[in-house]
Amino acid sequence: MKLNKASMFALMAVLELASDPERQLSTGEIAAKYGISTHHLAKVMRDLVHNGLVQAVRGVGGGYRFSGNTQRTTLLDVIQLFENMESKLDIPQGMATDLPILAELKSIATEIDDLTKAVLDTITLETALKSARQRT
Amino acid sequence: MTSETGKQISIRNAVPGDMDIVIALDVGQKEEKQAYWQGIFDHYVKRGRKDRIFLVAEVDAAVVGFIVGEVRAWEFGSPPCGWVFALSVSPRFREMGIGKRMFDEICACLKKIGVATVRTMVDREDRLILSYFRGMGFRSGRYIELEKQIV
Ligand SMILES: CC(C)(COP(=O)(O)OP(=O)(O)OC[C@H]1O[C@@H](n2cnc3c(N)ncnc32)[C@H](O)[C@@H]1OP(=O)(O)O)[C@@H](O)C(=O)NCCC(=O)NCCS
Repeated sequence: MKLNKASMFALMAVLELASDPERQLSTGEIAAKYGISTHHLAKVMRDLVHNGLVQAVRGVGGGYRFSGNTQRTTLLDVIQLFENMESKLDIPQGMATDLPILAELKSIATEIDDLTKAVLDTITLETALKSARQRT
Repeated sequence: MTSETGKQISIRNAVPGDMDIVIALDVGQKEEKQAYWQGIFDHYVKRGRKDRIFLVAEVDAAVVGFIVGEVRAWEFGSPPCGWVFALSVSPRFREMGIGKRMFDEICACLKKIGVATVRTMVDREDRLILSYFRGMGFRSGRYIELEKQIV
């Protein structure tokens, strides 16, 4: 599995904000903590606001606050805002797609996708945060 | 102990008289399962063995949930470990912490017997049960379930 940058940044920001829903943090503060690009994160934050997972707080000391449901939102819910987790087999244009070997490769990719989904779609933010806290 | 909603929850060992309510709490084909549960009660309740655990949860003296597990040793080359293979909470009493209480209790029983790992198997499409076990701290284990159609 390879997550793209936007999904990774979104997971970091959402989990960081959800770990204390009362607290507000600016993009700069989150970016500094995780050592990631503020510019790229800013765009991700706008998408998260648009999807109701975080809320922009205006005014002095403004920033973002978590506004989703930690017990119902799964890691896959966050990732899917930025990418489709289905494996893409790089099948060249014009290639015969009804060959048994290709069908078998597709079926293996589906098996992997199903397992990935069973992991990412059943770990809620709450569960991930609980495990993360045990690491400190 | 009291739940988040102020209800009195208690966990106790199942007794033979709990069978009808357990069948009612179980999901799925009731008729086919009568014989199954009869067998489970014979093995896990009536024999009274420490390594076979069948607990029920009560709220205000009414049974609202159950959990069943046991210690299995050397299957698939694995040293003794605990298995949880059935659990259910009445829909009206879900999300009050009863599932967690039953799990904590069965783990305490398993620990007393001396096992340090607990396993289960879940349909990968069943998000509710998977989320529940994840919430209880489960991760993918070192064994992979494999299957094949033989018809
Ligand atoms: C799974 C089940 C036992 C959970 O029981 P419960 O008493 O509602 O569970 P709890 O209230 O103790 O919740 C424990 C954890 O499970 C998870 N959970 C429970 N309900 C959830 C839901 N609807 N969505 C996502 N996660 C959920 C959460 O992680 C929760 O922890 P949290 O409250 O800290 O977030 C219950 O939903 C059930 O009986 N489902 C059907 C069981 C079944 O199909 N059995 C047959 C196969 S054996």
